[in-house]
Amino acid sequence: MIEPLIEALRFTFMRNALMAGVLVSIACGIIGTFVVIKRIVFISGGIAHAAYGGIGLGYFLKLNPVLGAIVFSVAAALGMGAVQRKTRQRADTVIGVMWAIGMATGIIFVDLTEGYKADLMSYLFGSILAVPSSDLLIMLLLDLVIVALVMLFYKELLAVSFDETFATVENVPVDAIYLILMCLIGLTVVMMMRVVGLIMVIALLTMPAAISGQFVKHMKTMMALASILGVVFTTTGLWLSYLLNLTSGATIILVSGAAYLLSLAAKPLIRKLD
Amino acid sequence: MSTEATDTQREVISVQHLWATYDSEPVLEDINLSVGDFDFIGLIGPNGGGKTTLLKVLLGLLPPTRGQVCVMGKPVKEARRYIGYVPQSVQFDRDFPISVWDVVRMGRLGRRRLLQRYTAADDQVVAEALRSADMLDLRDRPIGALSGGQRQRVYIARALATEPKILLLDEPMAGVDPQVSASIYELLSKLNEHITILLVSHDMSAISSHVKTVGCLNRRLFYHGGKQITPDMLEAAYRCPIDLIAHGVPHRVFPEHTSTNS
Repeated sequence: MIEPLIEALRFTFMRNALMAGVLVSIACGIIGTFVVIKRIVFISGGIAHAAYGGIGLGYFLKLNPVLGAIVFSVAAALGMGAVQRKTRQRADTVIGVMWAIGMATGIIFVDLTEGYKADLMSYLFGSILAVPSSDLLIMLLLDLVIVALVMLFYKELLAVSFDETFATVENVPVDAIYLILMCLIGLTVVMMMRVVGLIMVIALLTMPAAISGQFVKHMKTMMALASILGVVFTTTGLWLSYLLNLTSGATIILVSGAAYLLSLAAKPLIRKLD
Repeated sequence: MSTEATDTQREVISVQHLWATYDSEPVLEDINLSVGDFDFIGLIGPNGGGKTTLLKVLLGLLPPTRGQVCVMGKPVKEARRYIGYVPQSVQFDRDFPISVWDVVRMGRLGRRRLLQRYTAADDQVVAEALRSADMLDLRDRPIGALSGGQRQRVYIARALATEPKILLLDEPMAGVDPQVSASIYELLSKLNEHITILLVSHDMSAISSHVKTVGCLNRRLFYHGGKQITPDMLEAAYRCPIDLIAHGVPHRVFPEHTSTNS
């Protein structure tokens, strides 16, 4: 079983895929931790689907769809973040609406675009096996931006996540910090589209962090462990999908899902041992 | 009615004719309050009576509809740095991965600007705050693993880490059993030697004798700088006659229960 896998490493597409998995896991580990702790999984899903509007627009304007995705993603992130903070009631309805409108806009733009549009599915379901080296560079840059911003504003992000009221009293610019976090989620979502596709972004964003959160009690450790788990899941998922000839994105998700369920089962057992 | 701080006492909080509304419902009506240096005031009131709202106004989290509020002679937003805030322990995620030390360290945020890191001096203040609250041993414990009383001490330590002149506490004994609550009141009493304290609570029976002066707050403020809550204060605040049950504490907060109280 190992032989074909080592063989596979000779292919550029496979090496790129593994690298993409690693790069995405760094972002997911860090940002996913915030998403899980602050319980903003729904907003993250909304941002991911709204980003599809950007992909459609990108196609329509004959630009790299990823650029369109970044613009829509960040716009959706800021919009949904603002809605969540300013509206007292039914924020999740508004988010659901933006989610749907973004998605539908993307589909319409694609309809209006002439020419061959076969690789749309790849944005929805992922195409980690078709990651060009240029995309890897973009992912690396996004990772650097994410890591830099989180490091720079770590103490504010922590305070805002834990106790917003107290942070406000301490004169932390809570709204601005929250929106920065939203933008980081937007950037992470765009990175993840290649690996698992928009539709399953929530899964890779939350599962590694959720698993790690069950076992560690410090945020930085949680982020690190989540990133490592992300690498394990994407690599395992890739190998399995290669061996069994299955869709890689979905395989990665199933590996993560299985690990999550195992961790839920293991937790009470571990507690008994303590 | 209001009390003036004595001549020798500096006025640290001044509230004049304060009205506050929430969704156009009046929550505070014509509040006048003067808090002097090193006062220790307990305000009792029913839920929905504006206790948290008053604190929010003092912290600059809610703008008054009418009236003037000054803290340390300055407008509230400027004066936030003099106030240590101990909020009500609301919905709290037991799984939040943060240690006691990191929670208390948040109190230093007001002293650090956006891109500045915490310094060694900050760490000293944090350690001292934890020591005062008797929580230094548990500094590395995740906050979710603490009991209610321990968590309250940590929140008090966090407020202390801001190096405040005034402590504002919202329902500090909520979810804390009476023995633990007594020890927390002792802590507050000790802190009161160099910090002014104002706390609000709905729990009449728990207001301790450590509090120097008490009043009632239910949209309107019934505070006369007195050490006891008289039956008419209670009736005015709660609008119905209430049977008083006084705990046998040495310095009674409530007056003797006589047979004329109904």
